[in-house]
Amino acid sequence: MRWINTRPSRGAQFALMLLPFVLLALAYVFGSAARLAENANDKLLPSLAGFADAINRLAFVADQRTGEFLLWSDTAASLIRLLSGLSISTAIALLIGMLIGMLPYLRALLAPFIAVISMVPPLALLPILFIVLGLGETSKIALIVIGVAPTIIRDLALKALELPREQIVKAETLGGSSWQIGLRVVLPQILPRLITCLRLQLGPAWLFLIAAEAISSDSGLGYRIFLVRRYLSMDVIFPYVVWITLIAVVMNALLDRLRIAVFPWSELEKQA
Amino acid sequence: MSELKVERVWKEYGDQIVLEDVSLTVASRAFVALVGPSGCGKSTFLRMLLGQEQPTKGKILLDGQPLPAEPGPDRGVVFQRYSVFPHLTVLGNVLLGKEFSAARYKAKLFGTARRNVIEEARQLIADVGLAGCEGKYPAQLSGGMQQRLALAQALIMKPKVLLLDEPFGALDPGIRAEIHTLMKRLWHETQMTVVMVTHDMREAFTLASHVVAFERRRDRPEEKERYGATITKDISIWPPRLAGQSPVFSPDRDGPVASMGHRRDDLASSGEMQ
Repeated sequence: MRWINTRPSRGAQFALMLLPFVLLALAYVFGSAARLAENANDKLLPSLAGFADAINRLAFVADQRTGEFLLWSDTAASLIRLLSGLSISTAIALLIGMLIGMLPYLRALLAPFIAVISMVPPLALLPILFIVLGLGETSKIALIVIGVAPTIIRDLALKALELPREQIVKAETLGGSSWQIGLRVVLPQILPRLITCLRLQLGPAWLFLIAAEAISSDSGLGYRIFLVRRYLSMDVIFPYVVWITLIAVVMNALLDRLRIAVFPWSELEKQA
Repeated sequence: MSELKVERVWKEYGDQIVLEDVSLTVASRAFVALVGPSGCGKSTFLRMLLGQEQPTKGKILLDGQPLPAEPGPDRGVVFQRYSVFPHLTVLGNVLLGKEFSAARYKAKLFGTARRNVIEEARQLIADVGLAGCEGKYPAQLSGGMQQRLALAQALIMKPKVLLLDEPFGALDPGIRAEIHTLMKRLWHETQMTVVMVTHDMREAFTLASHVVAFERRRDRPEEKERYGATITKDISIWPPRLAGQSPVFSPDRDGPVASMGHRRDDLASSGEMQ
């Protein structure tokens, strides 16, 4: 049988899925054990017990100075920034993306401008944001919006333009005005794409969040990682990285579930 | 009344002349089939009737009034593809026109207002043979059922003129025969004026009251750009057909079109015309 026709069974699929994760964990455990055997005070690759201790300290013991449970307060601070940034980006992108996609005049006005704006490296703007908006939450949220919104705008405008002309003409022959066609024909068809686009933008959004927190903050997951870097606390950094990854993975999966639940036809179209 | 009058219409794209000097009168309740070789401007002509494109010269009148410069609810349309909205159920697709006209800002009906129009929509869905499919999405329907849905969706607006752009071209011969029967019945019931573009000669002569042929009079390569296509034949089917009137002679001739398999003169359904 050709290789392209052999498929794993369900069990094998599950095992194959886990394999790289298990291998990575094993490699770490052996590497860490080897280094610790040489030098018991080695900080580079802490043992699993070291991780457990650090996680316990951060998540379940109140910080002596502030009285807060650091992991949770950091997570809350970061998530608030991330979600505000993403919601503002979504609102802006939906509005501008639809207008560009539907109205030729606004397309002529805004499309080239947005294309140029989306090429500005957002991190290069960070100093300007800090100077203009101060070091508080505003500048961090603004960085996420500047980094994420232009891409979503362009993608949604493309999707709105991709809708077959026949559909729009059909809607016109049903008596729809521009507003009605936007509301009932274009908007529902670009919302699934918006969710997919948000999923793809989760990575960049986290990148901008951690970059902003690393430079100026007093709480947040990125702030903590860069703070303990000074003490070479790999036992804190590793769990934080895993935790951030986990949050991103869960958000990604939830968004896809949401798309299928709210727009069942988008999944049908994919299969058809 | 819904008489279409096309007066000396030319259509040019830049230097390319697509249609030249086209004049045609489509009587009220007539069914006109536009036939002709690929690329001769039949679809362009239909798009001008639709208002999606404007003639370069000449004018098009609907009941003596110039056509508005954009598509509107007085002219329904069914395309070969993309005629239905993939994000709406069968019922939602048929209701959309009603919702557009009834709710100006929300474009959606709720409660009693919705229940009132649902009755009409269900009747129409049953009329085109889709009863029981109200909750399905277009992706769950076959090609023939999607075109039936597209017809129901257009008919709920009670358009004066129904424009069809190769609506059944992508369907299997058996399905096509069924939908021809439906089309014929709907034409008699609604008494609309219908203009249909088709590749299929048998379809044209089975359904239409007039068959209009588009052709380039000069078709040498060096003449192609400067000479467009025009109407070369306008054949009235005899005995005359008119929406809502049963034919005087051989009434069963307009009955269901039985699929008789492929024959030598039946080029289109064997795909040779494409």
